[in-house]
Amino acid sequence: MVASLYSKESEKKDICIFLEHRGAGLAPVSLELLSKGRELASHAGWTLTGLLLGYQVAGAASEAFDYGADRVILIDNPKLELFTVDAYTHVAYQIIDVYRPGIFLLGATMDGRDLAGRLAVRLRTGLNADCTGLQLDVEEGRLVCEVSGFGGGILALIEMEKHRPQMATVRPGVFLPSKMSAVKSGQLIRPEIEIPDEIIRTRVVERVIGEGVDLTQAPVLVAGGRGVEGNFEMLNDLAQLLDGDYGATRPPVDDGFVERERQIGQTGVVCRPNLVIVCGISGAFHFVVGIQEAETIIAINSDRDAPIFEYADYCIVGDVHEIIPLLIKALREDRVAERPA
Amino acid sequence: MPDIRIVVCMKVTPKPEEVGVDYSTNLLDRANARSEINPPDMNALELALSLKDIHGGRVDILSMGPPFFEPFLRVGLAMGAERIFLLSDPAFGGADTLATTYTLARGIDHIGGVDLVLCGEESSDGATGQVPPGLAEWLSWNQITLVDRIVLDKDKHLINGRREVPGGVEVLQTSLPAVVSVKTASNEPRFMNYRIKERVFSEDLVTIWGESDIEVEKTMIGLTGSPTMVSGLAQAPSRERRQEYLTGTVEQITQGLVALLNELV
Ligand SMILES: Cc1cc2nc3c(=O)[nH]c(=O)nc-3n(C[C@H](O)[C@H](O)[C@H](O)COP(=O)(O)OP(=O)(O)OC[C@H]3O[C@@H](n4cnc5c(N)ncnc54)[C@H](O)[C@@H]3O)c2cc1C
Ligand SMILES: Nc1ncnc2c1ncn2[C@@H]1O[C@H](COP(=O)(O)O)[C@@H](O)[C@H]1O
Repeated sequence: MVASLYSKESEKKDICIFLEHRGAGLAPVSLELLSKGRELASHAGWTLTGLLLGYQVAGAASEAFDYGADRVILIDNPKLELFTVDAYTHVAYQIIDVYRPGIFLLGATMDGRDLAGRLAVRLRTGLNADCTGLQLDVEEGRLVCEVSGFGGGILALIEMEKHRPQMATVRPGVFLPSKMSAVKSGQLIRPEIEIPDEIIRTRVVERVIGEGVDLTQAPVLVAGGRGVEGNFEMLNDLAQLLDGDYGATRPPVDDGFVERERQIGQTGVVCRPNLVIVCGISGAFHFVVGIQEAETIIAINSDRDAPIFEYADYCIVGDVHEIIPLLIKALREDRVAERPA
Repeated sequence: MPDIRIVVCMKVTPKPEEVGVDYSTNLLDRANARSEINPPDMNALELALSLKDIHGGRVDILSMGPPFFEPFLRVGLAMGAERIFLLSDPAFGGADTLATTYTLARGIDHIGGVDLVLCGEESSDGATGQVPPGLAEWLSWNQITLVDRIVLDKDKHLINGRREVPGGVEVLQTSLPAVVSVKTASNEPRFMNYRIKERVFSEDLVTIWGESDIEVEKTMIGLTGSPTMVSGLAQAPSRERRQEYLTGTVEQITQGLVALLNELV
């Protein structure tokens, strides 16, 4: 078998997290990974490192300490301002070669996946993508990755014996972020790494970015499926009244009723809201994986036998086009009545 | 300018909803599942064929998998693909991403003269989307993932790939050769062309290559070349839900919901 860049014998007992930043701070998925990494590292007596690449992002390092990092390796370079898989792979490869973490974790975001797929091959190591759970076998120093596959909710446990680093990607929303209770500082390391111009082979020729939608952060979600027949305005109204946001299954996204960022499920986002109201959705496993960690699930479906009811706390057999407008009206009246005169 | 040569990577997957677990062996039971071309790969093929419609050139299909893939892939011939290259050998079996991308890359090398490789967004049985970047790395080619549109500049040997990113869209430019993955459902795959439908049955349009036909290192393919191993399978734990029904007239249900929401939110 082909050997990885370094072996288990020369690894450091360290978990390294690829940190992504969004505007001012770290992306939610990075905080989630740091929190999970902290838990695994403390349990095993390992260290936790954040790898932060970008331009003028030093401020985000302190946030990594707040979420448990023992140290942050920062490469601050104008050539890293926009993500390019070429430059990021180049830098990450060199850092990993020097610091040799036993485990390297990334968010399963667009950039995280691009980097992970390319880097794993360059390192000649294995990659477990889209993990839904991670455990660290302390004795063997082995990362056990839980991956869900196929309809029906089958979980596979996947591990690697000799190859290092043990790489895995995890979707946003799978782990809970948890800030350290006590103030924690850490070590900031700023290695010099050269990024030759000619290695960057893709160029952004156009970019129009508005305000992004991030369903993973919404406390209340109203999710609509094919049964909503494209009336997402109605769902948005309901969501607004509940201080939440709305999402969809894949068919309305494919049909162009809703933007893709609002797709919930296996190929969309995984959410953990306090409450989700599921409207006109049959309950395919591909969808259910995206909401099954919700605190409370309310389902409205006109088909008494729809599988979604098996996953719901409160079940309503009925027509969404009838119930939701009535509900919106009643909630509005309720709010008006509650308002002190 | 010479014509552009495109290879589309396609695989055949079991319909996800028909796969179960055999609890006596803890292995996936695909025996009762019907197969189909991995749906996202049809979008990759369609994009390739639409580029050929505009610019001419040639589109071939590359796949790694068991011989039963062949009849499924043949549909691509009647849509307009020139030829199928199927990397099929028991030695390729059990490959994880590292071994799969390695083997596919050697297949691309063996075909030779390829300018553009198109992949689907993900496999419906793996759903990871890690093959396209891995393949690009083995080939040392450029990559753009998750595009919904490609504009080709044949003279400059460049492509512009448009993709949706969080909060918007961007267009990335790169020079060929490159590996590009195509966003699922970004186009409508065409039907079989009735004029070339008989190509589905043509004997000589499918090339099957085994381990000894392409230059691969034995240690890097199949199960041997795969660092990851499955150590267990389990049913996903399902949370107990109350499954309480709100019943009555629509008005009563609505009032019940309002009360519930006031309590929960
Ligand atoms: C590889 C792969 C990945 C996938 N990833 C995802 C994913 O990430 N997310 C996702 O959602 N899907 C995904 N899918 C698709 C998934 O398998 C289902 O097809 C999809 O979730 C079904 O969406 P739906 O429930 O909206 O539609 P349907 O299954 O058509 O259900 C519509 C429901 O609406 C009900 N209904 C109709 N009219 C009304 C009414 N007036 N009032 C109340 N109820 C009504 C019907 O009874 C029915 O139950 C994926 C599929 C594959 C193969
Ligand atoms: N065995 C294979 N043969 C051909 N193409 C493949 C194979 N596995 C993956 N691919 C391609 O890579 C894409 C992404 O697959 P994956 O990374 O497995 O989700 C698929 O949509 C295919 O285009």
